[in-house]
Amino acid sequence: MIWNLIYRSMRQHLLATLVTAASIALASGLLLTVWVVKTQSAAVFAATNSGFDAVLGARGSKLQLVLNAVFHLEASPGNITAADYEMIRHQREVKTAIPIAVGDNFQGWRIVGTVEQLFTEVEYLPGRHYAVGAGGRFFQIGKLEAVVGSYAARKLGWKVGTTFRPYHGLAYDPNGEQHEEVYTVVGVLEPTNTPVDRVVWIPLEGVQTMKGHNPLAATDLSAVLIQLRAPEAGMMLNLRLNGQGGKLTLAYPIGTIVAELFNKIAWFDQVLTLVAWLVAVVASGSVLVSIYNSMSARARDIAILRALGARRRTVFGAVVGEAAAIGVIGSLAGFAVFAGLAVFVASVIQAQTGVVLQPLQWNAVFWWGPAVFTGLCVIGGLVPAFKAYRLSVAETIAPVS
Amino acid sequence: MPLLEIKNLVKAYARPGNAGVHRVVDVAGFTLAAGAQQALRGESGTGKTTFLNLIAGILAPDSGSILLGGRDLASLGEAGRDRLRAETIGYIFQTFNLLQGHTVLENVELGMAFGRGVDQARAIALLRRVGLGEKLGHYPRQLSTGQQQRVAVARALANQPQLVLADEPTGNLDRRNAREALHLIREVCAETGAALLLVSHDERVLAAFEHMQDFAAMNRALTEAAQ
Repeated sequence: MIWNLIYRSMRQHLLATLVTAASIALASGLLLTVWVVKTQSAAVFAATNSGFDAVLGARGSKLQLVLNAVFHLEASPGNITAADYEMIRHQREVKTAIPIAVGDNFQGWRIVGTVEQLFTEVEYLPGRHYAVGAGGRFFQIGKLEAVVGSYAARKLGWKVGTTFRPYHGLAYDPNGEQHEEVYTVVGVLEPTNTPVDRVVWIPLEGVQTMKGHNPLAATDLSAVLIQLRAPEAGMMLNLRLNGQGGKLTLAYPIGTIVAELFNKIAWFDQVLTLVAWLVAVVASGSVLVSIYNSMSARARDIAILRALGARRRTVFGAVVGEAAAIGVIGSLAGFAVFAGLAVFVASVIQAQTGVVLQPLQWNAVFWWGPAVFTGLCVIGGLVPAFKAYRLSVAETIAPVS
Repeated sequence: MPLLEIKNLVKAYARPGNAGVHRVVDVAGFTLAAGAQQALRGESGTGKTTFLNLIAGILAPDSGSILLGGRDLASLGEAGRDRLRAETIGYIFQTFNLLQGHTVLENVELGMAFGRGVDQARAIALLRRVGLGEKLGHYPRQLSTGQQQRVAVARALANQPQLVLADEPTGNLDRRNAREALHLIREVCAETGAALLLVSHDERVLAAFEHMQDFAAMNRALTEAAQ
């Protein structure tokens, strides 16, 4: 019976119910989005290493080095020499060393010079090698050829056979210098859901020797991506290279360095989360206000129900149940808000970093979020429920005669 | 043994500002046999609604006893009185007191919801009996006042009560509707075997009853105040 009372009361106060549930939905959607993006981005970014254990670069910030070499963001902290590359390549702990050089872009899409081994020898995820789409192939050393990441190719509308002229610098300047060399796209990489998808890859010497670049730095590199024979071997390498205060920096392990970034911006997460919770509390307050404000109109109905034999706890339960039902409906609708918001945020993150979040993947907040919201609504419903509980039937239902 | 037996029933309210108490009801004795139909005459302010609310268990008496079917309401807690009201009493109000957000059928179903449980077939049969079989899905605001009172009659009988209390049931109706409503109430109560206790100040209504008492004369709170 109590479900009937709840249903009919909600039907009777349909507009207030919908408005209140909508406010819960917005709050719930916001909280779910903040929470999912926060937890998933921290995990996905920390796990994004494109198959490498460490990065060697010029003396400077390890985080900047990782952002530049792995995430293809930020400027390079400086160059290292070909000799440095040879040195690291021959360290006993190093299994693979892939040099990269940056310095050019095409309309803001980063152009990175590297060697073919990146595509043929490196697994960007365990068991996953880079692959080019149908009709494509990897570039050949010495030729003006390019392989394009899937996301960049899609956004640029490039396919095999497309030609382009790189712009100088990492940041796109339409009035800036455009190199003379004309590159031809020979392959589009299959999606990897990593920052590699946002990069235009050309042969290493292309970046090094492009007209307009400093000929004295023609053999310089931006960084070396390193796979170790055993992950723990990085500790020794780390001590040898970073402990001596030389001109090089070894960023190892990559995941820990990225995690430090999230620690640095943890305050931002906390502010967002706080805002989401505040919105949640305000939304649950709206349940209280909505039901409480309608209590004058409901008082007579409640008195009639009591006169028909409904017990105090029944009307109390009906009011609390209505608040809970609004919470449940709002929380469920919140998933729709979340889906829209999260997909948008994920697309922005992908556009900016190449990292692909899966916001609809199961997250614990999917059960405790709605549960907390429903609980807050129940708390909001307690005040009007007590008012209903304490209602004087005789005084409310009819004038005493 | 009568269905309803009242002895030394007293209900008083505290006056504002600690100015003592104001007795509203003080009835030495009253009985009603099962299936009987009894009218009580009472003008406004004589305490007749309080008297019915005490019998219905909506109010608890300060002293005295109300035996309904052998059970003393005065000895029951509020939850017990609620249950007894839900299972054995039907209440018809002057203002009908229908729930505006519920359909005609839902209003009648509410009359049985807190007692033996909803029996939709019985609710529909009752509504057909009071001539509203075609209005099941209507809302009270879509009905005339006479039709609304008929819904209230059907609701009062929905829980198969032993006793129907009617508080000025024709007070909001015009003469023709009042006559029809009264006839319907008495007829349906007789059909179902429910006793009827009706209070009214309308002499035309009171004249229809074989058994009628003057509540003002019964209520010692009034007679003593007058002396």
